[in-house]
This record gives sequence, structure tokens and C-alpha cells, in this order.
Amino acid sequence: MTSVEQLREIARELRIESLRMIHAAGSGHPGGSLSAAEIVACLYFRILRYQVGRPDDPSRDRFVMSKGHAVPVLYAALAKAGCIAREELKTLRRIDSRLQGHPDHVRLPYIEAATGSLGQGLSVAVGMALAERLDSKNNYRTYCLLGDGELQAGQVWEAAMAAGKFGVGRLTAVVDYNKVQLDGHVRTVMDLEPLAAKFEAFGWNAVQVDGHSVEALLDAFAACEAEAGKPGVIIAHTVKGKGVSFMEDTHAWHGKAPNGEELERALAELEAA
Amino acid sequence: MGKATRAAFGDALHRIGSTHPRVVVLDADLASSVGTKKFADAFPQRFFELGIAEGNMVGIAAGMALGGLTPFVASFACFLTGRFEQIRMSIGYNNAGVRVVGTHCGIGIGEDGYSQMGLEDIALMRSLPNMVVIQPGDAVEAEKATEFLADYVGGPAYLRLTRQALDDVNGAGYRFEFGKAVELRQGQDLEIVASGGVLAEALKAAEKLSKEGISAGVLNLHTIKPIDAEALQKAASRTGRILTVEDHGVAGGIGGAVVEALSEMRGVAIRIHGVHSYGESGTGSQLYAKHALDAAGIARVASDFLRSDARHCGGAA
Repeated sequence: MTSVEQLREIARELRIESLRMIHAAGSGHPGGSLSAAEIVACLYFRILRYQVGRPDDPSRDRFVMSKGHAVPVLYAALAKAGCIAREELKTLRRIDSRLQGHPDHVRLPYIEAATGSLGQGLSVAVGMALAERLDSKNNYRTYCLLGDGELQAGQVWEAAMAAGKFGVGRLTAVVDYNKVQLDGHVRTVMDLEPLAAKFEAFGWNAVQVDGHSVEALLDAFAACEAEAGKPGVIIAHTVKGKGVSFMEDTHAWHGKAPNGEELERALAELEAA
Repeated sequence: MGKATRAAFGDALHRIGSTHPRVVVLDADLASSVGTKKFADAFPQRFFELGIAEGNMVGIAAGMALGGLTPFVASFACFLTGRFEQIRMSIGYNNAGVRVVGTHCGIGIGEDGYSQMGLEDIALMRSLPNMVVIQPGDAVEAEKATEFLADYVGGPAYLRLTRQALDDVNGAGYRFEFGKAVELRQGQDLEIVASGGVLAEALKAAEKLSKEGISAGVLNLHTIKPIDAEALQKAASRTGRILTVEDHGVAGGIGGAVVEALSEMRGVAIRIHGVHSYGESGTGSQLYAKHALDAAGIARVASDFLRSDARHCGGAA
């Protein structure tokens, strides 16, 4: 089992790979990839059950990255896990690549659902969880990573309401609550608070954690999984652009690729951390 | 008068329920209107009431399809196309095998007026590269099409149904062949291409025209996508004139699909006949008369088409 120490190290690697990829592509979304690094590291190296080379295994756990623009950190995790070749990361956003600018289920089998139009992933995840319940021999769990900005979309709350109504137990959502979206701070664009209370009101078990603490995240996943017959949400408080001082807590780096000099500065900070 | 295609769909779905354990049905507070109530009563474990939240219903159905089930989502066509963004991303782009069933299509729904009329659904649905589009023209065809979709494995599909009862066009022994247009009547002067609510009217119009000395063929285009280009080309080369008739907006509907299919063919005149405005209230038959979608109206449009085409070509009709 991957240790907490190893997970921390993996999160650092995922950040480095994400920035290299986005730099090579010349476009992409560094801020949301960096904030989600620990969450994705925990999922792919501790929580999710899956087999490398068998993306269609019916009993694999399902992961829907609803905040599709953060897909570089997911591609980095898939490469680190051995699902795709590390070389392939260089093809991000290039013509004919499986690594589309936003997740593509048909081109890349390890992607469970296409996302990128925000607000839709939780519905799809609820559908997957309901399918598992009807056909429980596969016995999988479904996970969904949401951005905070996309919680402004009404469909997320329609999905939350439905998951609560149906008591979808084998479903864990994680909110990468980095507090910044494209136009600025979430609280000024359209505040979400009180966020945990909103999910709880829809019948969810909500846990709030420091989203950069691997230990706290692992405990939160365990807490959500322990709650039978109830969907769980981990509200992971994170920092947009985490790990790179000039990218932290600013919307300027939501969707902009670093140039060569900026990449070097960023990598130096991440490697020294 | 036969049954509404929505009712026929509901009956077929109910039958399919016992033979297809992976079929699930999703509803947004319209089960009794769209025909899924019988399935809901018989298979409550496989019926999901999502409330008035169609976007979420579409997304959940996509997840269910990706999870190995065969979901049917049914609502008024206008409420489904209103969630086109969810249909294109969560169903279409994922190639998720969801059967999207749009009922209450066209001005034929009558008094409820435009807000409840599906008049843009063919245009939107057929714009998605992998979306199949089927529009049955009577009850038996609706049942057969529903049965076909229960076993269809090619990806997403759209089934377009009517609120109003339709005259029977096909006999009880009718065999539905996916993608194959059905020649209901052969003609020499023009071919009327239609499906759905106006199909029986088109047949009656052809009958009327024959009394005026005009020989009109009728092609039942129940599968709008993939379109039967071969049958269309055959009809076009025989008659040189295609009149498309549909209870749908004139932009992007069956007419558009036919024009696309025949775009490289020379010497064919095509007229697109359908709904040119937002819908409105009235009885279904009043609206069909007003918009020239009843037999008399279609016949009128057909003879006008023949006259204008004859003038243009300088030849005899």
C-alpha cells in the first residue's frame, strides 16, 4: 500500500508533470490541476480499485472528473500508475492525441466520462452508482471530483437531490474548494456558503478537510465509505495553484500556460518543496 | 383512428420490461403523459423518478448507460431539447447508449401551444454525429421501433413521438427495418417524403392528388438518421421532384436531411414543407389545416410545387 509519505511525493510529481504538460501544449489550466494534486494522488494510489491494462474491467471503481479542465493532473496520475505511457503526456492538446484538452471517454478508455462542460459530472456519477446498485455483482464505488465554481450550476444540486432521494451509498464526491474561478474569487462571483450545510440538507454526509493533507483526505474517504446508504461529500479546502507561489490564490493562472521562464521558476519551487 | 405513438411506445416498453432486465426508465414528472406509467407500475425497481430536472435526468441516464444499463429517458421533446447541452456532452460525446424519447412533437399537440411543442428536436438531435433519429408514423411502427431500440447497441438514439392518435398506416404484420425507408405508394410526378404525425395525411394527400391527375409517391422516412439515401435517390430519379413534409420547423428537419442526402444529385427539385413559425394554440386538426399539414394542405402545396417547377423548367408537369 502506498504510504502517506509516498502519496505526498506523488502529489508533488503530479504537479510537476501537469505544469510540464501544459507548458508543452502552450495552453491549459494549471491552477485547478495544482489544487487537486493530493486528491487525485489519494484516489489513484490508494482509494480507487482498478487494474492497469484493464480499463474495461466491470468491477473497477469509477471516477468522474467533473472539473474537466483539470485533466492534466489526471493524465499525470494515469501515466504515473502505468495506464498510459509517460511519453504520451507530451501529446496533450495535440492533433490526434488521446489526451484531449478536456477528458474524452471514447478516445481514452481510462476516462470514465467526458466532461468539460461544467456541472454535469455529478449526474453521470449518480447514474453510474445507480447502475451498480441494480447490478451489484460488480460491486464498485463511484467517485466524482467537482470544482467549486461548477457548484454554481443548478444541475449539481439536482444531482445532489437525486443522490439523497435514492440514498446512493456507494458514491463519494470531492469538492476541490480552491475558492478561485476564472472571473475571480468564488465568494464574489457567486458565493457557495454554507456549503456543507447545503449538501447535508440534501441528505449527504459532508466532511470538511484540508485538501492538501493526505492524512486528512484518507480519513475523509474512510468516513464517507463507512456511512452506508448515504452519499458522501468531502469538501476539500485547497489553494488554487498550490505549490507555485506566483500561481497561488489567483485567477490569473486559471487557464494560462507558463512560458519557459515561468515553468523553470515553478519547477524550482516544486522541487525544493 | 389508431393510437398515439407515445401510447404505443409505453405498451411496447412495458412488454420489453420482462424480457430485458437491463432496461431502465427515467422520468421527469411526466410518466402518465409520455407513456411510461405502465412500466413504472410493473417494474418499480427499474423506474427512476427524477422530478422536474431534465438535465440531471439526462446525465444520470448517461451514467447508467456507461454502467451497462439500457436507459430510456422520456419527456416532452421540447424539454429534452432544452437540455441539449447535457445531451451533447453526457450522452453524445460519451457515445452512451441512452434512448432519448421525445413525445408531444409538433403542432399536432394542439391547445397547449408553443411552449409544449417539440419543433426543433429533429434539427438538434440529428446534428450529433452518432445520434440515431427515428420517427414512427403510426402505433405499430412505434412499437416495433421501441423493440428495436431495446436491443440497439450502436450508441445514443432519439425516438420522436406524437401526443395525438394517428391513423394506422402499416398493417399488423409490419416489419420495422432500421435505416430503410418504406415506399408506401409509387408515383411518377413527385415523391412526398414524410414520417410521424403527417404520414397518414401525406398518403391521403396522394390519394387526393391522383384524382386531380397527379401521380404522387409517398416514402415513409421513419429513420431520419441514418438516412436511406438510396431510396431517396431512387425516388428522385424517378420523379425529379421531392416534397418533404414534416410537423417540425422547416430549418434542419427532415427536409434538411433529405437535401443533404441529395446534395450531389443533379436535376432534382426539392420543396421543404413544415412549420414556418413558432407554434400556437388550437386543436390539432385546426393547426394542421392552418399550417397546410393536413391532407388538403399537403395536396395544395404539392400541386403548387408542380406548377412552379414546371414553369421554371419550361416543360410540362
